[in-house]
Amino acid sequence: MAQRIDVKDLNIYYGDFLAVQDVTMTIDPQSVTAFIGPSGCGKSTFLRTLNRMHEVIPGAAVEGTVEMEGVDLYGPDVDPVAVRRNVGMVFQRPNPFPTMSIRDNVLAGVKLNNRRISRSDAEELVEGSLRGANLWNEVKDRLDKPGSGLSGGQQQRLCIARAIAVKPQVLLMDEPCSALDPISTLAIEDLIGELKQDYTIVIVTHNMQQAARVSDRTAFFNIAGTGKPGRLIEMDETSTIFSSPAQKSTEDYVSGRFG
Amino acid sequence: MTTTASGPPVQAPARRRTRRRTTDRGFNRAFRWIAVGSGVLMLAVLAAVALFLLVQAWPALTASEDDLAASVPRYPADTSLLAYVGPLVFGTLLAAALALALATPVAMGIALFISHYAPPKLAQVLGYLVDLLAAVPSVIYGLWGIFVLGPAVLPVWEWLGQVLGWFPLFAGTVSPTSRVLATVSVVLAVMILPIITAVSREVFLQTPKLHEEAALALGATRWEVVRTAVLPFGRSGVISAAMLGLGRALGETMAVLMILSPGFLYSFKILTSAQHQTIAAYIAADFPEASGLAVNTLVATGLVLFVITLAVNMGARAIVARRKEFSGAN
Repeated sequence: MAQRIDVKDLNIYYGDFLAVQDVTMTIDPQSVTAFIGPSGCGKSTFLRTLNRMHEVIPGAAVEGTVEMEGVDLYGPDVDPVAVRRNVGMVFQRPNPFPTMSIRDNVLAGVKLNNRRISRSDAEELVEGSLRGANLWNEVKDRLDKPGSGLSGGQQQRLCIARAIAVKPQVLLMDEPCSALDPISTLAIEDLIGELKQDYTIVIVTHNMQQAARVSDRTAFFNIAGTGKPGRLIEMDETSTIFSSPAQKSTEDYVSGRFG
Repeated sequence: MTTTASGPPVQAPARRRTRRRTTDRGFNRAFRWIAVGSGVLMLAVLAAVALFLLVQAWPALTASEDDLAASVPRYPADTSLLAYVGPLVFGTLLAAALALALATPVAMGIALFISHYAPPKLAQVLGYLVDLLAAVPSVIYGLWGIFVLGPAVLPVWEWLGQVLGWFPLFAGTVSPTSRVLATVSVVLAVMILPIITAVSREVFLQTPKLHEEAALALGATRWEVVRTAVLPFGRSGVISAAMLGLGRALGETMAVLMILSPGFLYSFKILTSAQHQTIAAYIAADFPEASGLAVNTLVATGLVLFVITLAVNMGARAIVARRKEFSGAN
């Protein structure tokens, strides 16, 4: 299920503007990798290149390679739609489809991928995905109610259920807890710990304690100044990054001296 | 306990009054009156229109069938006012419904193309051109319908009459003049296209980026993004847009008057001439010659049109409200 990602010499552009420069990293399967760094340093932008979501913005382009199990995601005959079916994503703000019931939200991705699914298979998948997202017990009696009626934390777990229902290899999370209260945050963090058995998880977070709690490896991004490109400063075991990082700027950031 | 409890309520109103005196001044007060005044004025105008229709229509509503037959031209004997207005209502609804059925899919297509497919520059130009369609006076549309569209679509009508003649809408003799309800419907469709397109486009553009990205991240193609995120979000907006268009189609006078060869039948034969008439065109056509009770009868048909339009709008609101829980507003 889980797949490894190799990024080599990646430059990300928006038009002529170089947003992120020269990133090389390896993301291990069945692990949680956290991206930390100050606002605007390009960690979310970089995350979005891993499923080609940054291409939504006109003029976005990349140089370099992003390989998933040896296949370059930016190869000439790779369809971005196929990439996104393989790489799930959870966003900063919970975004269940407001016009769909909880059940239909979970099934939304599956219905895109292969239109017909038998009723019993659908029921099984809904239950499995909601259990996988630790939401089943809270919503099993109201699967036909709109997803937007849930609390923020439940909505975010619904979005995770929707993402894992299509059985992706990789799960990207762009600050998944920044709009949630501490208890919902804890629920999501526990869930991340369970999900890493099956998926490669990459999480962007502004919360350094969260990175320390949930991730196995941490990458620190920084930016030299406004208008300069973001760069990967260093990447290591999470415990190393938070105790004895190699770079001075990493130590300054994780100890709270700036940012 | 009682003294402390009764203390604040005595002071509170006084404090509020002083606060209002200090802030409710100048333009703030003027603005409040302008806003309230505009609202009241709108209601008053609507009430005045309704009252005018009722008062002027009253003699016709209460007159006997013989009186009506004596003073209204083309009024058949032994017919109630309702039975007399019936075919007009039928013609009005049929023309408007056909126009709506033709215009809505096209308008949604254009709106989606402008909002989600076209490159930004082309989208801007297209949006502007569609708005221009709305600026063409209806007399021009009438002339265009007679001289350009009518002859142009005649082969299509003849083909429909031959091949699909068994279908009630295309039955009967195809009129060689093309001055039939089918042609009117096409012209009406073109006329209501801009309003439906403009409103739909605005609604589609307001689809939250979050929802579109949610669909994209699940591996949706462009059409699937439209289907899962844009259309459900825009559903109520498109219905409102269609109802605005329907309102215009129901009331359109000039183009119908110029193109349609009128008749007073309950007929589905939209390719045959002298079958239908709409209320608005009927009033415009007969008003110059009318006097006395005939005028009252025309106003009574106008009252019917007013009621229909009102019902259409209320129906549209009911449809929009029905699925509010799922609308994304909460």
